[in-house]
Amino acid sequence: MSDLSINPGIEIRDSERELQRFRGRLALLGVFVLVLFGLLFTRFAYLQVVRHSHYSTLAEANRISVLPIAPHRGVIFDRNGVLLAHNYSAYTLEIIPSKTDNLETTIDELATIVEITPRDRRRFRKLLEESKRFESLPIRTRLSDEEIARFAVNRYRFPGVEAKARLFRQYPQGEIFSHVVGHIGRINQREIEQLEKSGRLANYRGSDYIGKIGLEQSYEAALHGTTGVEEVEVDSGGRAVRVLSRTPPVSGNNLVLHLDARLQEIAYNAFGDRRGALVAIDPRTGGVLALVSKPGFDPNLFVDGIDPQSWAELNGSPDKPLLNRAASGTYPPGSTFKPFMALAALFYGKRPPQQVISDPGYFMFGGHRFRDGRPVPLGAVDMHRSIVVSSDVYYYSLANELGIDPIARFMALFGFGSRTGIDIAGESAGVLPSTEWKYRRFKQKWYAGETISVGIGQGYNSYTPLQLASATATLANDGLMFRPHIVDYVEDIRTREKTPVAPKPLRDLELKPEHLKIVKDAMVGVNKEGTSARVFADAPYVAAGKTGTAQVIAIKQGEKYVESRVAERHRDHAWFIVYAPAENPTIALAVIAENSGFGARAAAPIARQVLDYHMLGKLPKQPAEAD
Amino acid sequence: MPIILRRLLAFMTRHIDGVLLSAILLLMFTGLVALLSASNGNYVRVSSQLMNMMVALAVMWVFANIPPHYLMRLAVPLFITGCTLLVGVAVAGEVVNGARRWLDIGITRIQPSELMKIAMPLMLAWYFNRNEASLKLRNYAIAALMLAFPAALILRQPDLGTALLITASGGYLIFLAGLSWRVIIALGGLAAASLPFLWSAMHDYQRQRVLTLLDPTQDPLGSGYHTIQSTIAVGSGGILGKGWMNGTQTHLDFIPERTTDFIFAVYAEEFGLLGNAVLLALYLFLIGRAMVITANAPTLFARLLAGSITLTFFTYAFVNLGMVSGILPVVGVPLPLISYGGTSLVSICLGFGILMSINTHKKLVQT
Repeated sequence: MSDLSINPGIEIRDSERELQRFRGRLALLGVFVLVLFGLLFTRFAYLQVVRHSHYSTLAEANRISVLPIAPHRGVIFDRNGVLLAHNYSAYTLEIIPSKTDNLETTIDELATIVEITPRDRRRFRKLLEESKRFESLPIRTRLSDEEIARFAVNRYRFPGVEAKARLFRQYPQGEIFSHVVGHIGRINQREIEQLEKSGRLANYRGSDYIGKIGLEQSYEAALHGTTGVEEVEVDSGGRAVRVLSRTPPVSGNNLVLHLDARLQEIAYNAFGDRRGALVAIDPRTGGVLALVSKPGFDPNLFVDGIDPQSWAELNGSPDKPLLNRAASGTYPPGSTFKPFMALAALFYGKRPPQQVISDPGYFMFGGHRFRDGRPVPLGAVDMHRSIVVSSDVYYYSLANELGIDPIARFMALFGFGSRTGIDIAGESAGVLPSTEWKYRRFKQKWYAGETISVGIGQGYNSYTPLQLASATATLANDGLMFRPHIVDYVEDIRTREKTPVAPKPLRDLELKPEHLKIVKDAMVGVNKEGTSARVFADAPYVAAGKTGTAQVIAIKQGEKYVESRVAERHRDHAWFIVYAPAENPTIALAVIAENSGFGARAAAPIARQVLDYHMLGKLPKQPAEAD
Repeated sequence: MPIILRRLLAFMTRHIDGVLLSAILLLMFTGLVALLSASNGNYVRVSSQLMNMMVALAVMWVFANIPPHYLMRLAVPLFITGCTLLVGVAVAGEVVNGARRWLDIGITRIQPSELMKIAMPLMLAWYFNRNEASLKLRNYAIAALMLAFPAALILRQPDLGTALLITASGGYLIFLAGLSWRVIIALGGLAAASLPFLWSAMHDYQRQRVLTLLDPTQDPLGSGYHTIQSTIAVGSGGILGKGWMNGTQTHLDFIPERTTDFIFAVYAEEFGLLGNAVLLALYLFLIGRAMVITANAPTLFARLLAGSITLTFFTYAFVNLGMVSGILPVVGVPLPLISYGGTSLVSICLGFGILMSINTHKKLVQT
């Protein structure tokens, strides 16, 4: 200050005034801060003093005042109205662990009133590990009326235990549809995150379950419905005193499938105790008539959380019941590849159908001897006969002439090596070998010798039964290809509005009718006089087929494959593809029976039973047996 | 030896403001107590937050030791970098959760709007300081443009919360720089008149938040859920609170985001109105000390910068507390020094480091 009086410069006086103005404004902002903090404090006091008892009630009841009402999940029917998944109401006994003093003694005492099996306990323990302690967890499901009555009388002894009426999901057809229909299960953390990301989590407040696999998963959005809201006033005991407002939930939509439950059942049983898969498609629409993976599992086990022991059994079984062989299992197609190879030859104009190849029982290439499946030389073979008697030599030399990349380009048209886009998740793409594929996969160049066995569906070839069925359906439909789909339409249960899963053609392969005729005639010949003639000898309809055998292990040079000497799981897989009737086909299917030897013996009889039912309505007497 | 230790201590504390530091530490401690309860007694989050605090305090120390005139030189390059990066985000940013906020610069992903929080007040303070001798209305208009450009880019990301805070930090600064009252009143009138246009320019989810604030019951399972549950938590706390680790709303999982944006609901439920009064008092104490430092800052640059930092800190606290107690919309602003999370801690402590630097370097300036 003393400086100022000595040197009263204009600038300094100005800046002194500026400083005063700055401090004035700062003080004003200080008042602003105090006022707003005062506002906050007033708000806190209002909430915590004036409205305290109101909020206390809401909080002390340990319940939200807003209760979600879970919608009814949509029901799944087959094409004839057979129920494949439905809901039923039943009582469950639920425990809130944080409200019980001693969980173990509570369960022990409960066991004296209602039956609680060791399996129930194991399941409960697993749920307990996965959940928070104040969640209500089921210890017993599906209580009888008598059990409910007994619990009601003793209820006072069990704080934190409640009997609740709940809707349950049930799959009446059990393991037969396990992979197609799939199942629901309790929502896990990962699914919560996914729901949150897609903004659907609010709709799942109140839902404990979500589709895990199969149609239950892929049509989750349609099946789930919209959650309703009930605003309730609750007392300190947590009981609803008064409903303030209610927005009812909207039930999920029903699914009606293309699938024929009887056909599926017949196909499933036809396998007997063999492992395998069968996919049947209506070639005119791409609608899936049957999709079987054997063995299946009981989807009902998963609905309320599977107990660890059952899970270990399913997951550890060498039969892999959890694998959907039809859509996710890949196998070399074996000789079922030959009709498509023949079409490729005609497509590229590489080999006229009447050209005769001599089959001495083996094919020499680069000093390597590629053997025929049979020890007997077949002699002179043209294209028709090559399919009917399944000559390997014919296709060894054809593959060599075509070259791997043209083969791959043609087979890609039929969908080999890419996912079909069927309406369930988890589909495999398989392997359609090409020079580019091999470089990507192994960083190696393609050797000409590797092309030879590709010609007979061996080598790197690997496809799902679904792909093979779809390719067969496309062939049956003269090259007009549909995306396979299981669901026919989604039905809104309130408006009865049906939304079809549209059968619009995926693409037209534009195959020449004269080419198709050669191959299709030959496939009729297979069932008439060829490899599967015995199986179809007395069939009153005309079916066009092709047998196949897929090697599981390589047989060394100069060694012979003798089935009895090979371990069961190393035996060849039996394949059969077929469509019927030969004119205007209504069904096309592919079936594989794992480790069952020749296609004609093991796979064709299964197909016969399915066709008999589809064409004639005939029911089989026993599993399809090899003769 | 004792001499070396004494020198070391002197070196460490030379530019540290003890009053400011103790207020910061008290608030941090309060935050840890609430965080331990919010994470159900799990120490993992608490220890990770402790690490965040160490880093933040180190950053604070470093900035306390940088003389203000060095910061002045940083103003223009930082601001230009920030604007460039923001344009980069608008052109080639990554979309996370529906908003385009992140920019991949090869080594790592950055959120340029964070940089702008410090670059904006620096730039405006530098600009006013440079034109100190002849401040005209034109200068205020240019400053407003420098504020509006990045704020608009951030608003478009869309990130309403950050855009508002950056606008506030610049707004305080322009106000403190002495914008005439006539202009302020005229602008206020204009702003009120343009509210309907702003409404139509907002994104659906932003409008939803405002509507939900007016009537949370409209969307009880969706965006209203946060507000309803946090209000119940605060209200049920009463005067004395339910006691530490005893909040039912907290431990029954009813409070969403309870370690981050909604941690105050946890605190208020367990410590009641009394605890809230203590928290407000701590904030007032911290803000009061920061205002004293501001008032005594030696240069216009330092005054404006300090004022903006102080009031932006206040705005953070006010917006968060208002949001959790249901008088402001949910805008995703953490409670400063309390909420879990490293980024906000570091940027806030960086600001306080600058305040300390301004306070402890002024003798050097004057001599």
